[in-house]
Amino acid sequence: MAEYYKLQEEFFVDMQRCIGCKACEAACAECETNGQESMIHVNYVDRSTTIQTTVQVCMHCEDPVCANVCPADAISKDEFGVVHTANTSRCIGCSNCVMACPFGVPKKMESYDLMMKCNMCYDRTSVGKKPMCAIVCPSGALFYGTREEIQAKRPNSTPINTFLFGEEKVNTKVNLMMPKGSTELRVL
Amino acid sequence: MAKLPIPVEQIIAQFGPHLHFPDPEGTPGRDEPDRIVETHCCFCGMQCGIKLLAKNNKVVGFEPWMEFPFNEGRLCPKGVQRYLQDNHPDRLTSPLVNTPGKGYLPVAWDEAMDRTVSEIKRIQEKYGHDAFAVLSGVSLTNEKSYMMGKFARVALKTKNLDYNGRLCMVSAGAGNKKAFGLDRTSNNYTDLAHAEVIIVTGANVSETFPTLTYWLWQARDNGAKIIVVDPRQIPLARTADIHLDIRPGTDSALFGAILNYMVQHDMLDHEFIANHTSGFEDAIAAVRDYSLEWAEEVTGAKKEKIEAAAKLWGKASTSFLLHARGIEHHTKGVENVLSCINIVLASGRIGRPYCGYGTITGQGNGQGGREHGHKCDQLPGNRDIENPEHRQYIAEVWGIDEKDLPGKGLTAYEIIEAIHRDEIKGLLSICFNPLVSLPNNNYVRAALEKLEFYVGIDFFMSETIRHCDIILPGSLHEEEDGTVTTAEGRVVRIRKVVDPPVGARPDSEIIQEIARRLGAGDKFSYASSEAIFNELRIASKGGTADYYGITYEKIERNMGVFWPCPDLDHPGTPRLWEDRKFKTPDGRAHFNPVQYHPSMDPTDAEFPVILTTGRVVSQYLSGTQTRRIGKLVKQFAQPFLEIHPVLAHTMGISQHEDVRVVTKRGNAIFPANIVETIREDTVFIPYHWPGKKSANQLTSGFLDPISKIPEFKVSACRLEPLGTQSYIGNDARDYQSI
Repeated sequence: MAEYYKLQEEFFVDMQRCIGCKACEAACAECETNGQESMIHVNYVDRSTTIQTTVQVCMHCEDPVCANVCPADAISKDEFGVVHTANTSRCIGCSNCVMACPFGVPKKMESYDLMMKCNMCYDRTSVGKKPMCAIVCPSGALFYGTREEIQAKRPNSTPINTFLFGEEKVNTKVNLMMPKGSTELRVL
Repeated sequence: MAKLPIPVEQIIAQFGPHLHFPDPEGTPGRDEPDRIVETHCCFCGMQCGIKLLAKNNKVVGFEPWMEFPFNEGRLCPKGVQRYLQDNHPDRLTSPLVNTPGKGYLPVAWDEAMDRTVSEIKRIQEKYGHDAFAVLSGVSLTNEKSYMMGKFARVALKTKNLDYNGRLCMVSAGAGNKKAFGLDRTSNNYTDLAHAEVIIVTGANVSETFPTLTYWLWQARDNGAKIIVVDPRQIPLARTADIHLDIRPGTDSALFGAILNYMVQHDMLDHEFIANHTSGFEDAIAAVRDYSLEWAEEVTGAKKEKIEAAAKLWGKASTSFLLHARGIEHHTKGVENVLSCINIVLASGRIGRPYCGYGTITGQGNGQGGREHGHKCDQLPGNRDIENPEHRQYIAEVWGIDEKDLPGKGLTAYEIIEAIHRDEIKGLLSICFNPLVSLPNNNYVRAALEKLEFYVGIDFFMSETIRHCDIILPGSLHEEEDGTVTTAEGRVVRIRKVVDPPVGARPDSEIIQEIARRLGAGDKFSYASSEAIFNELRIASKGGTADYYGITYEKIERNMGVFWPCPDLDHPGTPRLWEDRKFKTPDGRAHFNPVQYHPSMDPTDAEFPVILTTGRVVSQYLSGTQTRRIGKLVKQFAQPFLEIHPVLAHTMGISQHEDVRVVTKRGNAIFPANIVETIREDTVFIPYHWPGKKSANQLTSGFLDPISKIPEFKVSACRLEPLGTQSYIGNDARDYQSI
């Protein structure tokens, strides 16, 4: 099936469009491989002062620190750049990945004693479909398509995929929409 | 009778709301459906395209419908979870008889029908035809809406039919008819994408019409300036170019001042005003004294921001103005709508690409359901029940004598008042949950308890249906073929996906059988939903909402057809008024003079705070469906009182503290959610919940004199902190910071 993965299509996250509706969480949880747990997370930034929400999907790092710190070698990146969720037969539930991820993506699911995270809807993307969260997102905060498509739709924004955490540079497969001309996001 | 037969706790234990969650292993059959059906979501006026998956006559899931042009697969959390209303344990599957002390006992259909019809006949013989009323709703398809109008007038021969659109679109409808002679949004929403300036007023788009947000953000990404008018920082307001956080009930003051500013600074389309409108001089005379300073004082929004908004609007070359219930749920709802239309007409920006105006219709078939005779003053095709020519035409279509066609009846809330006055003794309701959705609902409950006979058709035991003497189990959206008309004016196909469960029946069969038993069988013998639609096409022909040229085949071929569509070769009308031929008697668009006046329940020393109501993203209207879907309930587990920290501090209220909210109608307790995203003088409660959690225990029955819409959006209240916490929210992220 893997030959049908569309390498020209990418994931773009546009925080200024997020309306906090959680359609993405509901759609993600529909996938039976997650046992009705959402692998995408919407959170208020600070509800007492603003309605602003953030949406966090796995960024699928080029050099995934979650995989690097895994003592059981349960997390792997494939030839398309998708960083897969923990292999259930290997994961020991140690939470190294949970603590190491700079984006706070992996979650330890206590009821399963397993780490679970987004695998870019591999059951869909591997057969040429788009991830469910990006399809349903009613505001376009999540978009899955080609770079040309998003640039035509959003001429005043630039996708970036380089993040600076102090001196640490992280390049990701998933892009974040930033003001036009941006090249990177300095987080700390 | 119409009282509860057993304590409410026992009713809830038996009939819910129970929460339906997806199977953690995935719904059986989801991966191998035997049918994939292109249809639409059952909830809001966007009517997003969606594919439902069916296996062995059960809905087992959904897939996005990527090709449907409005939403291209996009859905909100309600749309994603909508399929969980199917196979729901609360589903009613037998006619039920309200039996005091015993509950609701199942009976055979024949017996339920016999009892229903004999009670209707008894009441009408004793008290007259109009003593039996009908309350309907616009989650029903066009076919059912049309048939309910005909059923009330022809089979029941009562004038007292009204619908839950009375709580929704009537102010906009009345305003649009006055100004344009026709009631529909002027453009399809793709026109938003290239508008330069967009005003969104009284419309929490991101929570109530989430998929419409996409087109607004598309406009912004193309450089549009967005102006949001709302007393709260709604999701759309957070990144808007201008957020005018006006005091609830002051909309017409704001738009009057903007109109005056446009006149003072000559930001007018003189050619359009002179050649295509009337009433301009009177309209501007009414707002001559509405300075920015005055507007700031009345609305509470800074005059600099009002001026900035007026400038943006005044100078734009393309624009869109959208409004919804926030300006319409007022005793001056029609005036608020007209004040918006005045600034659109003054700009001349209508009937051109990327230039438009419209109300965002709330209910699933809020548009179509308000066009075809579902209201107390209306006949199909948006005809007037008091117009002799209109009456004659429809009487001929229906095969009755015009003299036998009832006249104008009472509106929804007036029907409740008439029950209290003993003028109405019997009621049939379908698709309407007034115990949650009408204002002042303790008064509504008392009315239901006074009825001599009440029969309800529904698929779940709604809070209102509990009061019925006879309950007839009806059908869901996906259990009958039909059409609905979206908020854009696009007529789309609702496809039957599955049969109703054994024991329940399609709504239209139930109505037709009652009609037959009342002796009107010759007028109610449709072979299919399409046959009803084909009669609707003829009934609407020549009216302003003309569907004659729309057929099922044409809708399916084009993924929808925009009305008016007067003949079979007509392509439909996505954008109105390109011909400048308005449907008013003089063919011009009408300005209307609008002067600001206060709301009917003003604040005072005893009730010093403004209470306003609205919705949350995971619930839909009275919640009959969405309060039964597990994850949607988890997302917002209960209503809360949104209050600004300054007001909370003044009142000594702490986060999540129980607060008794008191108005002249009643009181109710809600946990406080202290947020800076609301005006300091205003509190907000979402209204989806029943009983003790119902915000509509507090709202008033003051009605707009023209539209008869209740004033949900402004009530004077008092806050009493109780020092306790009963907060039970099970998803803390909804209320707290991370």
